[in-house]
Amino acid sequence: MYKIKLLGAALASLALGLASGPAALAGATLDGVRSRGVVTCAVNTGLAGFSMPDREGNYQGLDADTCRAIAAAVFGDAHKVKFVPATAQQRFTLLQTGEVDVLVRNTTWTLLRDTENGFNLAPVTYYDGQGFMVAKKLGVKSAKELDGATICLQPGTTTELNIADYFRTSHLTFKPLVIEKLDEVENAFFSGRCDAYTTDRSGLAATRSAKAPNPEDYVILPEIISKEPLAPAVRHGDDEWFDIVKWTIFAMIAAEEKGIASANVDEMAKSDDPEIKRMLGISPGMGKVLHLDDRWAYAIVKQVGNYGEVFERNVGARSPLKLARGLNALWTEGGLMYAMPFR
Amino acid sequence: MTTRAEGAPGRVAPWNDERMRSVVFQLAAVALVFALFVYLAGNAVDNLRRQGIAAGFGFLEREASFAISPTLIPYSPADSYARALSAGLLNTLLVASLGIVFATLLGFLVGIARLSGNWLVSRLSLAYVEIIRNTPLLLQIYLWWDVLRLGAPQPGAAWQPLPHVFISNRGVVFPAPVYDPLYLWMLVAAAIGGIAAFMLRRQARARQARTGRMLPAGWLGLALVVLPPVAVFFAGGAPYLLDLPRVTRFDFSGGQSITPEFAALLFALVAYTAAFIGEIVRGGILAVGRGQSEAALALGLTRGQLLRLVVLPQAIRVIVPPMTSEYLNLTKNSSLAVGIGFFDLFSVGSTVVNQTGQVIEVMSILIATYLTLSLVTSLLMNLYNRATALVER
Repeated sequence: MYKIKLLGAALASLALGLASGPAALAGATLDGVRSRGVVTCAVNTGLAGFSMPDREGNYQGLDADTCRAIAAAVFGDAHKVKFVPATAQQRFTLLQTGEVDVLVRNTTWTLLRDTENGFNLAPVTYYDGQGFMVAKKLGVKSAKELDGATICLQPGTTTELNIADYFRTSHLTFKPLVIEKLDEVENAFFSGRCDAYTTDRSGLAATRSAKAPNPEDYVILPEIISKEPLAPAVRHGDDEWFDIVKWTIFAMIAAEEKGIASANVDEMAKSDDPEIKRMLGISPGMGKVLHLDDRWAYAIVKQVGNYGEVFERNVGARSPLKLARGLNALWTEGGLMYAMPFR
Repeated sequence: MTTRAEGAPGRVAPWNDERMRSVVFQLAAVALVFALFVYLAGNAVDNLRRQGIAAGFGFLEREASFAISPTLIPYSPADSYARALSAGLLNTLLVASLGIVFATLLGFLVGIARLSGNWLVSRLSLAYVEIIRNTPLLLQIYLWWDVLRLGAPQPGAAWQPLPHVFISNRGVVFPAPVYDPLYLWMLVAAAIGGIAAFMLRRQARARQARTGRMLPAGWLGLALVVLPPVAVFFAGGAPYLLDLPRVTRFDFSGGQSITPEFAALLFALVAYTAAFIGEIVRGGILAVGRGQSEAALALGLTRGQLLRLVVLPQAIRVIVPPMTSEYLNLTKNSSLAVGIGFFDLFSVGSTVVNQTGQVIEVMSILIATYLTLSLVTSLLMNLYNRATALVER
């Protein structure tokens, strides 16, 4: 009798498990992350500065560090991340089906993605814009001169839509060569199969520094044909998890604003500034509301760094990409990076 | 003893009846699979709704906004997703149909060469078959693409084997005739010629069966197909206007072009499938008894006649059924085009998935389309098979 009951219970729970499927219920993501012991994070298969495996096979870059910051907030340990490399075409399915908890893969925030695709977009981690790269020897000075050119690009991205829009509004034509794998599309461009290569300007700089036979031979054209706010995405329907991802990024930006860095975070914890005290968990309360430890932001800054550190290390002056802060500077310095108040 | 056992020796309880049981089991299996599908579909719909993802095919009407090149039908980013998918489908059909024709021709050559008495020819054919069919197709596609793309010069230094023909890493660009209504009539003339040739062949066969004399029906038939359109062309004032390629700042415009991606895909599919077809043809020929050839040679038939009149007609019966699989494989393998950026149905479909997020809908369309293509191919091949199959009396 007891055995039968047990079997019945097992079957019932199995059926329930099947029925509930991977759909996100409120709070389910954080519970799942805690029970698994890692944050599962979809990242680019290889884009220098954003997410690219280093010699040891560890993903490095702005996006990879964002994943680490989320792990630091949840577990107090930035290493508890499982990176899932995803192509542009796989990424949304991975998130929709619940294979990953968060998508940090240089993904542009658009209206359709925010609504119809079932995602919530966290604060922007990099303000980018689409541009063109051409070989210097073509003598092209402006994108307006690209009429009739063959242009290499990757499929399934806003890139593909922006370029079609741009040529339509400029009454120009182009021949697209669309290849999914980044390596192949870069090869096609550098071998001269295409006249121009188009993607986000950060991506152009990354490709030029990492893959060009001679980076000096290639020039990025001045036109920026789109707004590409790159932001982490989570599934609809789990506000708790959305809040955690959102405030992880705000914490990194706020830390830079307050001058808190990985090197001086212990020092700053002694500060009298009430907002710093709330942020670093010296005054309690800011962790509980997120269902996290009060030291969550401390762990992010200590282990991963503030936004400025992460930027400089991966894409800024201290990286091969050498991108300027530009729009990605703090709002106090003329940029767009602005964290909501910690109170 | 009871009367029941004597009166109905064949009667058993339904659960002991073998036929009854097998029917019940089959019905149960079908019902179970069906229930599973219903459950999974319901679950998917439920999950999509819970995540707020829109379902349905309404998105097909929306503007696609992405570019495709080359296309067989006029297409611009202002057209709908449905038209984008159609453009992809036509590209798939083009590469698959050309692939099937050329793979069959090359496959027959390879299969016959494999059986040649000439040592070099048969060994070359063997090496070809073994190398091609034992390496992955995707690798071969990349290899062809690299050869065509890296082996050819930049457009500025394009080779010009003929006037107005340019070969570069942008592909082959050549003059194309500008459409004239007369061309349609030429097609009609060719079709009528084709029907006449077919009837002539039947006549020739009947006559041969009656009198034993052969008519050169092949040559006459060819003339019947080729000459009428030519006559129509000249009768219509021989209108020809060529769209000549022009050199532009980057490459060429005008004319007709074959891109390296299309060529790489076609070459790879043809070479790969021909290796398999070669083996099927060899098997088919070997299946024809040796006595048949000996008898034919004893009757004084030439080697060519022996192959054409005695061996191949019998070999065809063995060759056709497995050939159907090869044609289906070729069509489905064409979806590997996505790797090198040729806009086939699968590649366009993947882009649509990404732009709209409608994974289940688009994948269902793709599956239904490939399934339809395969079923139509199977149907045609089965009809042909029935026509050539041995009629036993």
